[in-house]
Amino acid sequence: MTYFRKKIYATAGFNTVALGTGRKEFHPKKPRPGIEHYIKEAGMGSINQIQNPENIDEGVIGNFMAARFCNQGNLGGFFPMVHPTFQYKPCIRVEGACDSGGLALVTAIKTILADMADVVMCIGVEVQNSVKAIYGADYLAGAGWFSGERKEGHAYFFPDQFSQRAGACYEKFGNEKMRAGMAQWYVNAIENARKNPDAQEYHNKNSDLLATGMTSPNPKAFCEHINVFDCSKVSDGGSALIFASEEGLKKIGVELKDAVEMISFAQVQDNLTTPPPDLTKLSTCAVAAKRAYDRAEIKPSDLSVLDVHDCFTIAGLLAVEAAGVAGYGEGADFVIDGNTKSYGIIPTNTTGGLVGYGHPTGASGVRQAVDVVKQLSGKAGDCQVKISPDKPFGMMSSMGGNDITVVAMVFSISSA
Amino acid sequence: MNLDERLQNVTIIGAAGKMGSGIAVLVAQEMSKLKLKQENKGKIYRLNLVDITEEALDGLRSYLRVQLVKAAEKSTVLLRQIYADRKDLIENGEIINAFVDDTYALLNFTTDYNIAKDSHLVFEAIFENEEIKIKVLKSLKEICLPDALFLTNTSSIPISFLDEKAGLGGRIVGYHFYNPPVIQKLVEIIYADNTTEELKEIGLEFGKRLRKKLVPAADISGFIGNGHFSRDGLYALNKVEELKDEYGYHGALYIMNKVSQDFLVRPMGIFQLIDYVGLDVFQSLLRVMKTHLKLEHLNSDLLNKFMDKKIAGGQNPNGSQKDGFIKYEKNRPAGVYNIEEGKYRMFDEDWRAGIDKKLNPTNEKFAPWRALLMDGKKMEKLGTHFNNLKGMNTYGSELALDFLKTTKDIGENLVKDGVANSEKEVNEVLMNGFFWLYGPIHNFI
Ligand SMILES: NC(=O)c1ccc[n+]([C@@H]2O[C@H](COP(=O)([O-])OP(=O)(O)OC[C@H]3O[C@@H](n4cnc5c(N)ncnc54)[C@H](O)[C@@H]3O)[C@@H](O)[C@H]2O)c1
Repeated sequence: MTYFRKKIYATAGFNTVALGTGRKEFHPKKPRPGIEHYIKEAGMGSINQIQNPENIDEGVIGNFMAARFCNQGNLGGFFPMVHPTFQYKPCIRVEGACDSGGLALVTAIKTILADMADVVMCIGVEVQNSVKAIYGADYLAGAGWFSGERKEGHAYFFPDQFSQRAGACYEKFGNEKMRAGMAQWYVNAIENARKNPDAQEYHNKNSDLLATGMTSPNPKAFCEHINVFDCSKVSDGGSALIFASEEGLKKIGVELKDAVEMISFAQVQDNLTTPPPDLTKLSTCAVAAKRAYDRAEIKPSDLSVLDVHDCFTIAGLLAVEAAGVAGYGEGADFVIDGNTKSYGIIPTNTTGGLVGYGHPTGASGVRQAVDVVKQLSGKAGDCQVKISPDKPFGMMSSMGGNDITVVAMVFSISSA
Repeated sequence: MNLDERLQNVTIIGAAGKMGSGIAVLVAQEMSKLKLKQENKGKIYRLNLVDITEEALDGLRSYLRVQLVKAAEKSTVLLRQIYADRKDLIENGEIINAFVDDTYALLNFTTDYNIAKDSHLVFEAIFENEEIKIKVLKSLKEICLPDALFLTNTSSIPISFLDEKAGLGGRIVGYHFYNPPVIQKLVEIIYADNTTEELKEIGLEFGKRLRKKLVPAADISGFIGNGHFSRDGLYALNKVEELKDEYGYHGALYIMNKVSQDFLVRPMGIFQLIDYVGLDVFQSLLRVMKTHLKLEHLNSDLLNKFMDKKIAGGQNPNGSQKDGFIKYEKNRPAGVYNIEEGKYRMFDEDWRAGIDKKLNPTNEKFAPWRALLMDGKKMEKLGTHFNNLKGMNTYGSELALDFLKTTKDIGENLVKDGVANSEKEVNEVLMNGFFWLYGPIHNFI
């Protein structure tokens, strides 16, 4: 744990409700809160858990496509709205598609490591229900290479990218096994979301989730190899998390026991203009996880909790392989055997993940870190899993585009 | 001439009406997809939309735009393939707009029938009025090409009768879409005695392209759907006359509506359905059937009294429900009309509770239609439900079982009278066209 020149802590995590179809309060035709609302709600939710918000030095806002979904740019301008003492403090907005939240985390950390700040607030946010899904698909396709891939691409560009991955896996590892694994991923996601009042699928009452997960794809209206339940949700939501140095924690009046140490991260960038080297692998995610483990000097089996970027159920299966908890080609079986359930060997996506909690794209990376931090500090409510003292670690891995932009981050129960 | 060729020039008469406008959306899309095919580059396609007034056509213009956008949004996966060669169209939004513009470009809006002179296919969807329909078909026969084929949307007038009166020599077929045509999967197809083989084939092929469920019905007034609906409604109206002494007209209407909805697990009560269709439409349906079938009993004095008071139900231009037998607030029943008093009695909770208790003293809970709609075990659950009714021996259960029996008889008679080929067709029409969970011909009783 010598990777950083000083200790970095995470604390005061907060997630808003992920709003969208499935939530009782969601009505597509009624007016809904805008992006500024989620920034403020998430920021305040975090501030309410600390003593001295005036000592927050800077802000980082992670967001993917507000410019198109909400016709809104200059998001940093909403930071002073969160709290009066934020006026004239630095804030930067970062973007890396669905990993925008992950980039917000690393930006905050780097600022502290650079001795430019002691306390930085990260906010991830996205509002996507402003347009119908068919147009939202256009906006989200911006995570791919527009001039190189969009024209040939599918109406539902990203679902199709992962449908192709599912197809490649069917061919290599068997259709039946993969399909069953994806359906089981869906079941776990909804079961976990039912324990998380903020999750978009919290109100899901379906009594036969497995059958729903097994629904046959409809290539005429959607994709060839995946069904709509294999997809994460279209969500509005925001998340906030505070990073601080040891001194920073004191300044905001947070005790060490209420914070979790961030012991390593890896930020990995692949080339957007080259196709994935192997459709049956998330190669970039694997590099990120490996680096994060190496820097933390731990192994996958040291984790008590894991949060991966399951923008699609197939991505979930490939992500547990990339995270090294399951072997190559074994993700489906690993999940079918119950290993990722909340009581399994490695509880994964314990609050629902992107399929169950929802996927407010730019917020997801922050949301994942918030949930891992909550688990390690014993504040995960009904979603709490067992954190054994010999495995005090949790990891999140967040992905932008088709395995292009990745952040993996390891947290540990604070040692001091 | 094959269907593709015929679809180059089509006319819809009564295009601004409820049915005509929906048919226009469907036909326009099919024509547009043909026009966009590589091999049809350079060919001219025209869909002529005819109605009586410019105001109606203005309404049609905006309706079509909205509907075409919706349709394009739903078929973007296919449209991306159709526009694969258009390098300038990259995003879904651009492709959707292009399709709407390309489709719009083949439309003519006019009040002048002469536009139909080059049409090979003509859809007729004007008011349900024999004389006007015959007059219009006659003049179209003069205007159109000699091989033009006619598809009429009539709900009840025998096609052979129209054929003979308009002198079309078998160039007409009954093509009975359900409302709204854009959404409803069902089309009843009715051949006149002389309908040409070519037209029969065109009708079947077009239905397949629209992905509609085509159910053949014999050319007997009312066909299957309205043949059932008319008698079902009439039964309920007659029952109201029976029950009025004890509960008043408003109470009797309330009871029959409730029994049909809750006890028979239908999407809406029988009087709510007649309100939705329109009392005027229902009255004219009975009138046409009575004339052609020579059945005196197809008449309701009670219905006529409502019509005399100009209470006709139907929808407002914004789609909201107009008052009929029932008074609506925010599209929900809020009262019932008492014809003797000449006014609506707004629901009073005590009054309602009293009647509900009389119908269902033990307050049994019935699963509503919506809850069973997507239920894989719905037939099983309905079986249990109707069995329960048989054991209940309450006022409500008796009314319900009587209604259920009548409904079944009506269905069976449609087969006996040769209107439907078999029970299957009767059930298909009621389940698809009226959204019943079960066909009227069943083994529940
Ligand atoms: N509404 C339904 O539920 C339904 C269902 C199935 C079939 N139908 C049948 O469809 C036909 C149309 O019914 P609708 O409900 O659409 O009626 P509607 O009143 O909504 O529409 C009729 C349209 O025809 C136009 N029209 C009348 N006379 C015309 C003429 N001489 N030339 C050109 N246009 C003329 C009217 O202006 C109006 O726009 C009827 O035969 C009806 O029985 C109706």
